[in-house]
Amino acid sequence: MIQTTENEITIDAAGVSFRDLNTKLREKVACGAEKIVLLNVCGQRYIGTDLNSPVAINIVGTPGNNLGSFMDGPQITVYGNAQDGSGNTMNDGQIIVHGHAGDITGLAARGGNIFVRDDVGYRAGIHMKEYEDKKPALVIGGTAQDFVGEYMAGGVLILLGLNLKQGEHHRANYIGTGMHGGIIYIRGTVEEYQLGKEVGVAELTEDDYRVLGEYVGDYADHFDCDAKQIMNSSFIKLYPRYLRPYGRLYAY
Amino acid sequence: MRDLGHIQNPYSDGKVIDSCSIFGMMDTSGKRFSGEGIIRAIGNMHFRGNGLGGGFAVYGLYPEHPDDYAFHIMYNSDAAKIETEEYLNHRFDINLAEVVPTKLNEAIINPPLVIRYFASIKPEIAHAHCVNQSQDDYVVSRVMEINTHIADSFVFSSGKNMAVFKGVGYPEEIAEYFQLAQYEGYLWTAHGRFPTNTRGWWGGAHPFSIHDWTVVHNGEISSYGTNKRFLEEYGYECTMQTDTEVVAYAVDLLARRHNLPVEIIAKVFSPPFWHAINRRSPEQQEMLGTLRQVYSGLLLNGPFTIILAHQGEMIGLTDRIRLRPLTVGVKGSTLYLSSEESAIRLICPDLDKAWIPMGGEPIIGSLKSPIIPGSYNQNSAAAGSQGI
Amino acid sequence: MKTYLPSRFMVERDKDRCIRCQVCVNQCSFDAHYYDCDDDTIRAREDNCVGCHRCVSFCPTNALNVRQNPLEYKSNFNWTSQAIEDITKQAETGGVLLTGMGNDKDYRIYWDHLVLNASQVTNPSIDPLREPMELATYLGRKPNEVEVDSDGKLKTKLAPQVRIEIPVMFSAMSYGAVSLNVHKSLARAATQMGTMWNTGEGGLHPDLYQYGQNTTVQTASGRFGVHAGYLSAGRIVEIKIGQGAKPGIGGHLPGEKVSAEVSRTRMIPEGTDALSPAPHHDIYSIEDLAQLVYAMKEATNYTKPISVKIAAVHNAAAIASGMVRAGADIVVLDGLRGSTGAAPKVIRDNVGIPIELALAAVDTRLRQEGIRNQASIVVAGGIRNSGDVAKAIALGADAVYIATSALIALGCHVCQQCHTGKCAWGLCTTDLALTKRINPDIGARRLSNLLRSWSHELKDILGAMGLNALESLRGNRLHLRGIGLTDKELEILGVKMAGS
Repeated sequence: MIQTTENEITIDAAGVSFRDLNTKLREKVACGAEKIVLLNVCGQRYIGTDLNSPVAINIVGTPGNNLGSFMDGPQITVYGNAQDGSGNTMNDGQIIVHGHAGDITGLAARGGNIFVRDDVGYRAGIHMKEYEDKKPALVIGGTAQDFVGEYMAGGVLILLGLNLKQGEHHRANYIGTGMHGGIIYIRGTVEEYQLGKEVGVAELTEDDYRVLGEYVGDYADHFDCDAKQIMNSSFIKLYPRYLRPYGRLYAY
Repeated sequence: MRDLGHIQNPYSDGKVIDSCSIFGMMDTSGKRFSGEGIIRAIGNMHFRGNGLGGGFAVYGLYPEHPDDYAFHIMYNSDAAKIETEEYLNHRFDINLAEVVPTKLNEAIINPPLVIRYFASIKPEIAHAHCVNQSQDDYVVSRVMEINTHIADSFVFSSGKNMAVFKGVGYPEEIAEYFQLAQYEGYLWTAHGRFPTNTRGWWGGAHPFSIHDWTVVHNGEISSYGTNKRFLEEYGYECTMQTDTEVVAYAVDLLARRHNLPVEIIAKVFSPPFWHAINRRSPEQQEMLGTLRQVYSGLLLNGPFTIILAHQGEMIGLTDRIRLRPLTVGVKGSTLYLSSEESAIRLICPDLDKAWIPMGGEPIIGSLKSPIIPGSYNQNSAAAGSQGI
Repeated sequence: MKTYLPSRFMVERDKDRCIRCQVCVNQCSFDAHYYDCDDDTIRAREDNCVGCHRCVSFCPTNALNVRQNPLEYKSNFNWTSQAIEDITKQAETGGVLLTGMGNDKDYRIYWDHLVLNASQVTNPSIDPLREPMELATYLGRKPNEVEVDSDGKLKTKLAPQVRIEIPVMFSAMSYGAVSLNVHKSLARAATQMGTMWNTGEGGLHPDLYQYGQNTTVQTASGRFGVHAGYLSAGRIVEIKIGQGAKPGIGGHLPGEKVSAEVSRTRMIPEGTDALSPAPHHDIYSIEDLAQLVYAMKEATNYTKPISVKIAAVHNAAAIASGMVRAGADIVVLDGLRGSTGAAPKVIRDNVGIPIELALAAVDTRLRQEGIRNQASIVVAGGIRNSGDVAKAIALGADAVYIATSALIALGCHVCQQCHTGKCAWGLCTTDLALTKRINPDIGARRLSNLLRSWSHELKDILGAMGLNALESLRGNRLHLRGIGLTDKELEILGVKMAGS
């Protein structure tokens, strides 16, 4: 461990178990660390869980599953790819992934922002929900796999498709299936059959563009690209057609 | 007949339930490499297993015996060894028999004796028995016979120029026990197991093998009962009562006996949904529709990721709604498949590419042509990144 | 569409006794009574009556009776009235039949085929009124051995344990499914009696954080109201995988039950459906369960036992073994009779196995594998009295969960209309006009009384057996005998036939 300045710490995570690593993080945060750099991270799970301060954690390597699960405030930046379950049930904070992220990214998140530079796996943003001032956002620079936004109950999910080649389309199926809250913005087009039965398609309003513009601006800042160029393309908005998608399913 | 099911499944559950971590790596140029890397990689996923099973399959392992069936047999008693060797000697010319070298470590409890035999079918037997069936069929039947009739013997593997090493322990412990870092092959797969029972039976670890096919598997196949019934009609006895055994037999049936290419087999195991089929060209509709109707009993329903391997080929496949993880990495001519990306990065930090394939899309590494992942170009998730 | 469904109940009103006070009209939340001002009389819409007997209980002159409609279909063992009426209802709606409470079919109730032992002559029974009797139970993972250092000082540090004074806890009922006043009643009673109540998956209302020491906080697939403060508020964190009433099925709390307060506690907007997916989408496999168990342990810094609840299904024994290996400190089994606020009827009536068999199988399996000490077993689903509790303990449970029994203590008449949200007893509803029918002070008293009586009775049972500590009964199947059971049933239960 290297203490570079009073509140900035570097930890070599090579060969350290997740339990030891998280114990160390708890200690350091309790002692007032404001920035922690983790080197050689390789598969350690739950990094950032049980931390509830806005400490900056920079991760070099490949963090394990459930990165930032139940997290409440830390600012995590991953220089590499993330695995499954990043931001699981997160309450507040930020996860920025300079690479791709795996399945169920943002599962059941209630707050905070997740920016993924490239693609995400299956069921990204599943069951995200919002509450009062808490509104989670998941911004995906690349594309997503099936069931993106499944069961979505709130928040904003943005799919930019920046790495799709000319003429290439989003391949995800069952987009927003069971969605009953929140908004999905997609750059480019998707076919009707790719959408869940519960979502409607609409043009963006001015308000939508304002919200979208802010998140795209943040994305561009994080990953050093041109927000104007991104915004200068066609978007569609997916919204839940029903607040109660299964209200008529039952016989009483 | 000996009840392998009872050994593997002492409580007679519907089937044995287990889960795990899996890893595979293959140099598609055919260059052989040591097991050192894969041992570290599977060890990095320690927490996905619970120490009740680990194993490895290696291909290109015995270039000095390319044409011999390499039987790897475990014995829990001397009597079993005597009986099995007598059985083999009647049917095979044993060109070499040796104890598989091991190094005991603390974690390994009560290991069986493992002996490997390099053998060919006696010419007169080949002449008499292999008219209506291939030599491979003959060997498969003999292996089944040993496994089900000779108490305390179990054949880990019987393919040519390959072997399975497995046992009860974490995979890294099993690797140390069999000193796998000292072997070389062009294709390795590995498995760390999380079974829900304790029975320490070495034969129950993965990989499972039939002929020169091996399977490592993560997940639980909810359609097990249906799959088993289907295979039984083709003469397979599902003696071990595990999902993985079913996959191994299904591959044997489709690949070796029905001669179907791997891409088609993938469509049997993880078929597209009917409404997706209905959007395809008429020709494809007919193909996929026919497969679904004929092989409906081999749809593997429920969460799974499998890595299949046989001579010259490694295939990664997930279920059609991708309930289990699989990450692919490519570096030069080497293909990596893993439950978690970090395990690949541990041994190859600077991958050319890393991605997560769509559910049901096979990733195929083949010696015949350099890496041709089925969905490499059209795949959604491309390219990872490293560095700051 | 005209309905072909007959009324299920008949409302009988004694005209001589009725004083037209309209208490029944006001009490009925299903609009089964109304005042006819033309004739100055009270009449009934029998179609609406659900048989909850709220009106009968509250009628000041005992003028009312509600009976099952004696309408008799032509007798038929296959086409029962239930079968006919279910089809009729589906033909008229095209919907999935919903129901509330637990399975009411005549599957065998094994509790009623097990009898308890008592001491006679060869060893003395104990008088619980005067001699000490211990019911205290510690829930949590126990190590294989105790280590002491060379000075004889204790080296072993136990994993987190939770002490309960009576082996009966209140099972999960979420806020939203039941009312806040029910939660308050449960929380206060649990605190008074030294046991645990369970939030269910709907979060914990701010008013109830004060009862945290006696609270099990649950997280299910919906992750409603789950945040760091919630996890640390409780004493036990429970991961709900499944529920006995609806194994493999998620939950849909309808938007109309998501009131302002419920919204606050679940942390979702008012009026939206609270949909719990069927699986946890981060658990598709046993190693994923280990991952979530450890996620909870990390999130609570290893200070609380992590409980995992499953519905009792065919492979319960193997699954439970995997759960223990995955790090679960408490294994909860919810049986075929387990109750629900709402479930598809076809699932409730047909899926799962009886809790007695599941308990015996799981306890047996964990012992065979030498890991029984690594987790406590808690069983739920249809526990009706202290006799059931004693039998469960003797079969191997550490403690039991009760929910329907607790609701009955609060007034529930098991009319099975929980899913309508109109509970006239003010239990399974969030309608403020109805929820105020439960006074938490009185509710807590009724619940405490129930636990107190069971506690006395358990001591009587123990004393009769010559035992003065509950742990001596735990898993002591020699104190059980079976009656009217087949050899196979006796084998699975691990008990002998009475007389042998």
